[in-house]
Amino acid sequence: MFLSIAIFIPFLIAIFIPFIYKRVPNRNIGWFVLVVPVLLFLFLASHIPTVAEGKTTIHTFRWIESAGIHFTTYLDGLSLIFGLLISGVGSLVILYSIYYLSEREALGRFYVYLLLFMGAMLGVVFSDNMMVLYVFWELTSISSFLLIAFWYHRKKSRYGAQKSMLITVTGGIGMLAGFVMLQSLTGTFSVRETIQVIDQYTGEGLFIAAMSLVLLGAFTKSAQFPFHIWLPDAMEAPTPVSAYLHSATMVKAGIYLVARFTPIFGGEKIWFYAICCVGIFTLFLGSFNAVRQTDLKALLAYSTISQLGLIMSLIGLGSAATAQGMSTQSAIFVQATFAALFHLVNHSTFKGALFMVVGILDHELGTRDVRRLGGLMAFMPVTFTIALIGSFSMAGLPPFNGFLSKEMFFEAMLSLRGLDLFSLGAWGAIFPVIAWVASIFTFVYSMIIVFQTFFGEHHPERIERPAHEAKPGMLIAPSVLATFIIGIFFFPNLIGDYLLRPAVKGLYPTLSNVESMIPAITVWHGFNTALWMTIGVIILGVVLYWRLHSWKGIYTAAPMRLNLDTMYNGLLLKTEEGASSITRFYMTGYLRDYVVYIFTFFILIVGGVFFTNGSFSIDLSNDAPIAANEYIIIFVMMGASIAIIFAKSRKTAIILNGVLGYAIAILFVVFRAPDLALTQIVVETVTTALFLLCFYFLPEWKMEKLPKPTKLVNGLIAVSAGVIVTVIALAAQGNKLFESVSVYFENAYDLAGGKNIVNTILGDFRAFDTMLEVVVLFIAGIGVFTLIKLKAGKEERDVEDQ
Amino acid sequence: MKINDVILQTVTKIVVFIILTFGVELFLSGHNNPGGGFIGGLVLSSAFVLLYLVYDIETVQKGIPFDFKKIAAIGVLLAVGSGTGSMLFGSEFLTHTFSEFTLPVFGATELGTVVLFEAGVALTVVGVVVTIILSISEDV
Repeated sequence: MFLSIAIFIPFLIAIFIPFIYKRVPNRNIGWFVLVVPVLLFLFLASHIPTVAEGKTTIHTFRWIESAGIHFTTYLDGLSLIFGLLISGVGSLVILYSIYYLSEREALGRFYVYLLLFMGAMLGVVFSDNMMVLYVFWELTSISSFLLIAFWYHRKKSRYGAQKSMLITVTGGIGMLAGFVMLQSLTGTFSVRETIQVIDQYTGEGLFIAAMSLVLLGAFTKSAQFPFHIWLPDAMEAPTPVSAYLHSATMVKAGIYLVARFTPIFGGEKIWFYAICCVGIFTLFLGSFNAVRQTDLKALLAYSTISQLGLIMSLIGLGSAATAQGMSTQSAIFVQATFAALFHLVNHSTFKGALFMVVGILDHELGTRDVRRLGGLMAFMPVTFTIALIGSFSMAGLPPFNGFLSKEMFFEAMLSLRGLDLFSLGAWGAIFPVIAWVASIFTFVYSMIIVFQTFFGEHHPERIERPAHEAKPGMLIAPSVLATFIIGIFFFPNLIGDYLLRPAVKGLYPTLSNVESMIPAITVWHGFNTALWMTIGVIILGVVLYWRLHSWKGIYTAAPMRLNLDTMYNGLLLKTEEGASSITRFYMTGYLRDYVVYIFTFFILIVGGVFFTNGSFSIDLSNDAPIAANEYIIIFVMMGASIAIIFAKSRKTAIILNGVLGYAIAILFVVFRAPDLALTQIVVETVTTALFLLCFYFLPEWKMEKLPKPTKLVNGLIAVSAGVIVTVIALAAQGNKLFESVSVYFENAYDLAGGKNIVNTILGDFRAFDTMLEVVVLFIAGIGVFTLIKLKAGKEERDVEDQ
Repeated sequence: MKINDVILQTVTKIVVFIILTFGVELFLSGHNNPGGGFIGGLVLSSAFVLLYLVYDIETVQKGIPFDFKKIAAIGVLLAVGSGTGSMLFGSEFLTHTFSEFTLPVFGATELGTVVLFEAGVALTVVGVVVTIILSISEDV
C-alpha cells in the first residue's frame, strides 16, 4: 500500500515544484527536491530486513477489471535493489546538481523532469502489471528526452534527445507488442501469474515472437549492440543527468527487464544465446571504442555501454538455470546472476563517481577534452583521489569493489568452457577470450582517465579557467560513492547477504533452494585462472597504454568508418524525404480534393461492404408512420440544403446551414429527445458564431467556374454518399441483429441515482468515454491555440536553426 | 471589430445573466431532468461568446479576468481526478456514488460524486470553446 503511494510521491512533488520555484528562484530549490529521494531511500531501506528474510510484499489497486489492468506493486529482492539504486543515486545526484547547475538555468524545469524520471523509474521496477510497467517505461524515455534536451538551444542536444527518443521508444513499442502477445497466450498481464502458467505455452509460435520483442525493448533501453548509438549522443545532457539516467538507472532498466522476465523466457535456447552474444559483443565494442575518445564524457559513455554488455551477458548466462532446474550445473548459472547483480551495484558506484568527477572538471576548468587536460593532481587532490578510486575499480583492481565482481565475471565466463548446454560445444571457449580482450581495453581507458588528466604536464593556456579544486559541496556526492567503492570491497557480504541473495531468489522463483548455491564473496581465491587473467589484463593493459600512440592508427583504418551512426542518419533522412514526398503527393491544398478523398473512401468501403454482403434488405414494416409535421420539417430541410448550392453569398449559405441544424433540433423535439434537442440548439448557436468569426478571414465568394466533368464527379460523389447514409439508416432500422441494450439503462435510478437516463449514461455507465472525450476536446482547444498563437511571423527567425 | 450598438449592449447586459443562470440551472438539473455538464457548459460559453460579440475583447477581459485555457485545464483535471478518487476507496476507476442528505435549506437532497465529474466536463467545455473562439478572433 505505502509502496504504491511511494511511486506517486515524486510525481506529486513535481506538480508543486513550479510554484515553489516562483517563491525560491535560486539553487535552494534543490534542497526541497533532495528531501524526496532521501525519504524514499530510507523508506525502501526499512524493507531490507524483511526482504532479506525472503518475504515479498504485494499490493493491488483494482483499476480496469475488463482489461485485466491493475495497479499492482510487487516488492522483492530484485526490485528492492533497483529501488535503492534509484533513490540512493538520485539523492546524491540531486545534492551534486545543487552545486553543479548555475542559478541562471531553468532549475524549476530541471527538477520537475528529474522527479518525473524518478517516479517513472520506480514505477518500472515495482510494477507487476505489464501494461503499467510499459507506461512507466515509456515515461522514462520521455523524461530522458526532456533532460537530454535541457539545453535545447544547442543543436547537438536536440539531435541527441531525438535519437535516444526514437531508438528507445521504438524498442518500447516492440515490447508492448510482446506483452500483448504474452497476454493473448496466458490471459493475464501480471508478471507473477505469467511465470506460474508459462510452461504450458512455451511451444506456441507467439512465444518466440513475444520473447524477441521483449528483448528488443531491453536492448534498446540498455544500449546494447546495435542500438548503443544513442548513448554517446545522450551525453549532451547536463552531467548530473548523465550520471543518474545514462549510467546508474535508466540504462539498467533493460537489465531489470531481462532479469524480471528470466523466469518466463529463461528456459529457451534463443534467449540464452541472444543475450549472451549481444552482451559480450557489446562489452568488447564499447571498451574498444572508448579508448579512442578524447572527450571524457564520451569515453565514459562507451565505457557504460561496455559495462552494460558485461552485466547483460552474465544475466544471459544465468538464465540457463531456469532450464536446468536444481542441478550441480545450475550453481554456475546462479553464481553468474549473482555476479551480474553485484557488478550492477558496483558499476553504479564507480561510474556515478567518475561522471561526477568529469562534471567537476568540466565545471571548474571549462573543458573535458583529455588533450587539453593534464597535471591536475596538484591542483585538484580530492577530485584526483576520487577519479583514481573510480577508475581503478572500473579496471578491476584491488582494493576496490570492481575487482570482486570482475573476478566473478571471469569465473563465470571460464565455466562456459566444455559445458554441455544448448549444444554450445567448443564455442564456449570464445566467451572468456572476448571477455579478457575487452577487459584489457577497459584497463587502458581507465588509465587514460587517471593519467592523461591528472598526471603529465600542466598547460594552463589550454584550459579556460585556472585550475583549482571544486567547492566542497560538489565533492560530497562523489566522495560518498568513493567510500562505497572501498567499503564494498572490504565488506562485500553485507551487500551480498542482505541485497543480492534475496534478489537472486526473486530471479528464480521456481528454484526452491537457490540461496544454498551462492558462496560467500571472498577477496582471495588463491591463484586460480581468473586471477591469472586479471594479472594478464594488468600486464598487457600497461603495455598497450604505454604504446597507445603506435597502435591508435587502427581506429582510422578503412573498416572503422562504416559505422551505425551514418546508417541511422541516412535512414532518418530517407524516412523524412519519403514521408514528405508522399504527403506532397496528396496534400494539394484544395478543400475539394480532401472532401473527394474522404467521401470516395467512405463510399468504397461502406458501400463495398454492403454490396459484397448483400445487406440491402430493407424492412419498413416496423417503422412508425410519418406524421404531417414531420413531413413539413423534412421538406424545409430539403429545401434549405438544395438552396445552399445556389446561394449567391457566403452569409446566405451559413444561414441556410443553420436552418438545417435547427430543423434537426426540432426533429429531436418531435421524437421526444429533449437532451439532444438542447445540445443541438446550443451547438448550432455556438458554431454559427464561430463561422461568423472565420468568415472575416475568408476571401470573396466567387462563383466557381469548374469544367463539366469535374462537376459531374462532384455530383456523383455527393449523391452516392447521401444514398449510402440513407440505406444504412434504413437497413439498420429494419434488421435487428442483437437484443437491445437499453433495458440495462432503464434501472438507471437504482444503479446511478439519476432519473435522466441520457445523463447517467454520460456521467456514470459510460463515464470513461465522456472522460476521454473531454480530454480530446481539451487537446483540440490547445491545438487551435498553439497553431494560431505560436506560429512564426514572417519576419521572425526560425527557432530550429539557433 | 469595434461595434457600438447601444440597444444591443443594454439588452446583452441583462440577457447574459439570464443565460448564465439558465446554464447553471441546466447543469444542476442534469441528473434527473434534461441538462447536464456538457449542455450547461455550452450554454455558459455561449453567454461569454455573446459578450465578446457585443463588446470588444479588451472590455470583456477587464470584466472577466479569467484565463480560459486554465479553466479548461482545471476541468480536465477535475474530470479525471474525480475518477481516480474512487480508487482510493478500493473501487474501480470512475466509479461514482450517491446518497441522500438532509440539508438546512433544501431538505432531503440527493448528492452524488458524479457532480464533480460533470463540473469537470462543464468547465472544460467553457474553457475550450472560449479559447478557440478567442484565439481565432484575436488572430487579425
